[in-house]
Amino acid sequence: MMFLRYAVYRFATMLLTLWVVSILVFIIINLPPGDYLSNQIAELRATGQADGVAKAEFLRREYALDRPLYQQYLIWVGFAPGPQGFSGLVQGNFGWSFEFDRPVAEIVGDALWLTVLVNLSAVLFVYAVALPLGILQAARSETWADYTAGFIGYLGLATPNFLLALILFYYGHKYFDLPIGGLMAPEFEGQPLSWPKVKSILLHLIVPTFVIGTSGAAAMMQRLRANMLDELDKPYVETAIAKGMSPRRMLTKYPLRVAFNPFVADIGNLLPAMVSGSVLVSVVLGLQTIGPYLLTALKSQDQFLAGFVLMFVALLTLIGTMISDMLLVLLDPRIRYGDRKR
Amino acid sequence: MAALLDVSSLTIGFGDAAAVVEDVSFRVEKGRTLALVGESGSGKTLTCRSILRILPKAAQLRGGSIRWTPGTDGAALDLLTLPERRMRDLRGSQISMIFQEPMRSLSPLHRLGDQVSEVLHLHQSISRAEAKRQVLAQFDRVGFADPERAWRSYPFEMSGGMRQRAMIAMAMVGRPELLIADEPTTALDVTTQAQVLGLIKELQAEIGMAVILVTHDLGVVANMADEVVVMNRGRVMESGRASDILGAPAHAYTAKLFAAAPMIPATPSPARAMPHDDLILDIRNVSKSFTMRAGGWRGPVAVTACRDVNLSLQRGKTLAVVGESGSGKTTCAQVALGAVQPDPGGEVLFRPVPGAEPINVHNMTETQRRSFQRQAQMVFQDPFSSLSPRMRIQQALTEPLEIHGIGNRAERREKAAQTLQLVGLSPDMLGRYPHAFSGGQRQRLSIARALTLDPKLLVCDEPTSALDVSVQDQILTLLEDIRDQAGLSYLFISHDLAVVARIADEVAVMRAGVIVEQAPPGTLFHDPRHPYTRALIAAQPEPDLSRPIDLDLVAQGAGEPSGWPEMFRFEGTEAPVLRELSPGHMVRCHV
Repeated sequence: MMFLRYAVYRFATMLLTLWVVSILVFIIINLPPGDYLSNQIAELRATGQADGVAKAEFLRREYALDRPLYQQYLIWVGFAPGPQGFSGLVQGNFGWSFEFDRPVAEIVGDALWLTVLVNLSAVLFVYAVALPLGILQAARSETWADYTAGFIGYLGLATPNFLLALILFYYGHKYFDLPIGGLMAPEFEGQPLSWPKVKSILLHLIVPTFVIGTSGAAAMMQRLRANMLDELDKPYVETAIAKGMSPRRMLTKYPLRVAFNPFVADIGNLLPAMVSGSVLVSVVLGLQTIGPYLLTALKSQDQFLAGFVLMFVALLTLIGTMISDMLLVLLDPRIRYGDRKR
Repeated sequence: MAALLDVSSLTIGFGDAAAVVEDVSFRVEKGRTLALVGESGSGKTLTCRSILRILPKAAQLRGGSIRWTPGTDGAALDLLTLPERRMRDLRGSQISMIFQEPMRSLSPLHRLGDQVSEVLHLHQSISRAEAKRQVLAQFDRVGFADPERAWRSYPFEMSGGMRQRAMIAMAMVGRPELLIADEPTTALDVTTQAQVLGLIKELQAEIGMAVILVTHDLGVVANMADEVVVMNRGRVMESGRASDILGAPAHAYTAKLFAAAPMIPATPSPARAMPHDDLILDIRNVSKSFTMRAGGWRGPVAVTACRDVNLSLQRGKTLAVVGESGSGKTTCAQVALGAVQPDPGGEVLFRPVPGAEPINVHNMTETQRRSFQRQAQMVFQDPFSSLSPRMRIQQALTEPLEIHGIGNRAERREKAAQTLQLVGLSPDMLGRYPHAFSGGQRQRLSIARALTLDPKLLVCDEPTSALDVSVQDQILTLLEDIRDQAGLSYLFISHDLAVVARIADEVAVMRAGVIVEQAPPGTLFHDPRHPYTRALIAAQPEPDLSRPIDLDLVAQGAGEPSGWPEMFRFEGTEAPVLRELSPGHMVRCHV
């Protein structure tokens, strides 16, 4: 019951934060002088294409770019009626991409869930690698196991992602016949979901997951090791040994539970770091995620596209922090019952 | 018949250094209690941990043997060479251990029931229901009023005493033949200590186990032990029957420990009241309540830390405020120094020189504040964390002078050197960092830091409770000397009546935020009236076999104020008024 209340409260604050973020995103996008259309109009005028100018002027009115900024904002979010009535983010209309000359929703449609997929699998990879290795490092601290894992971790941390991507592509293709680039074989693009398509996507996911996840995994491994070593010095560990527990059970039941908290709290930080970190990687690997779109949109001041992508990344981050906050409440009774009467 | 545990010539060392435990031998008989006595660094903790083989990684066992002979006709095992897997079977089932800090020795994230019943699951194949039944019975046995609730609780929801009871339940639920208790009551309040010691003794008699009690407190030894081993610097100084050693210590070190042990003196007659005609500090009607935010979406809760405190300190004297944790004594000190604003209606007046216009500590001008800060200083409890590890001693001592712009560089240095001499340290230590000093020396340093500004008033917050008894004795002597030399006045905060008995001219006993009894120490110990004062005095362990702790007296006074005899009882939060029964002796009671 208490947890439900907390969840509702947390959800409400998330919406509030999202609203603040939308203002910031809008301001940032509009900071550089001019917009896509006025740039285009100027260019068309210079080259004397009058009918092009008329079309651009029409679009400007259609998307309310001729109005004051605050009105543009309200219309974009969907808090105020625009030329087509209430039709903004809130209503599910993400706007028009001038660069691609198509609705934003149509452009990013596939990319959205591929982004989620790539990053989710990278997060899972981070946890799957960092958890056992971090524990191993702490339990066998200052032995060859610790040093080897630490060395590999630092190597992962220090190697630029795109370089790692190229190396992996080359050797992956040479020895394991892994596909190069993209997130699925070209013949499946635009096709409905089918078993061969899923298989193709999974095969294509291997290298990007590894590339995007390595540095996160290395960092998290080091953090977990440090946390665990701190915990191993605590008296309750001694109590557990004095009870007659085996080291393995003791390790996973007691210090890991405590050291796990920052680990969970990291989910929120991990997501945005990966999404933004994976922009370049996506370009290099030719992944159809929203990364490359964001890059293009920002370069050409394609404001609705850029705005939508930024909002989407913010949403992922906020959902990540919300999940980690709620997990923490479930995991740590001190947060849950900290104020319960003695 | 072989002894249950036979430690012989045990030697432990670190790295290439000399051994820290050397040639230690002792025997523990079935069902008996052995006390391992010594000050910090004596090797007593390493010795008892080597029995369970839970030594720090870097420690090396260099020699000796520990023979364990369980049951009536069991074969002897050498615990130092037993394979780890078999050792694990012994831990918790045959030999169990209680640690010093109940706050940190339990996992904060697991319910008590889980942590305690785990011992049973580890060593027996037992159903969950049966394990729970046994644990609940054990919880009941160690004094949890509601065992079911204790089962569901997390450690942070309990007080220190309750956590230590849970630790005891955990150690006892497997019915071990030997219990090792490493300073089990050092972190507890004195009345809680008395009750926990009583509990260990009772449970010991019930299941007939042997106990090794590690302690630095001879009073605890006198109350608990059959045999005593006194250790110093890793060696056994003296060992034998408790009655022999406590009656007539043969070794000079043991005799020194006895001399240093603070005791509540037997007072033949009440003392004269402290005069109150030249007050340096006058605390009037001070109450302090805090509003605590419960966190999240809950409304704030008001907590009263202290209520209606009236205290006055005569110039050149020592006023002691005594109470257990949560009694409000520290809040009083903070209010007295102006660090905390009292609730409206209370005031604290400070008179730097006799007859001067008093300064209201909570309503000062900027100049008054500066002069007050020079004249009132504080000595803290923990000498290890109250000095910055990154400052040389000279910096730490001259910093207050710099802040107040006193003297030039050379004069400040000279002053620091003088102050060091005053506290019994050598001026050539000025260039060192705090880590190079022992606990006692650090406390001398923090006293020196407080003295550099030549204050008139020193507020000492438990200045000796983190120190060994022999060091505590030296620090108290130092404080007395300085007070008489420099004409200082002390507001002395402590939980220890025996320490206070020695240094104070007047004692105020606090409980639940109010003063329950106030008198000069002679009067207080001769004729304590309040049940809580009586409990405090009774709970003080005396290093004298003929004066065991009277647990009934402790239980009567140490409980909730609503359970006191009618004459002293609180009605809800409403306390009786403080009445002067005889000159200088005040007790909070109904007439």
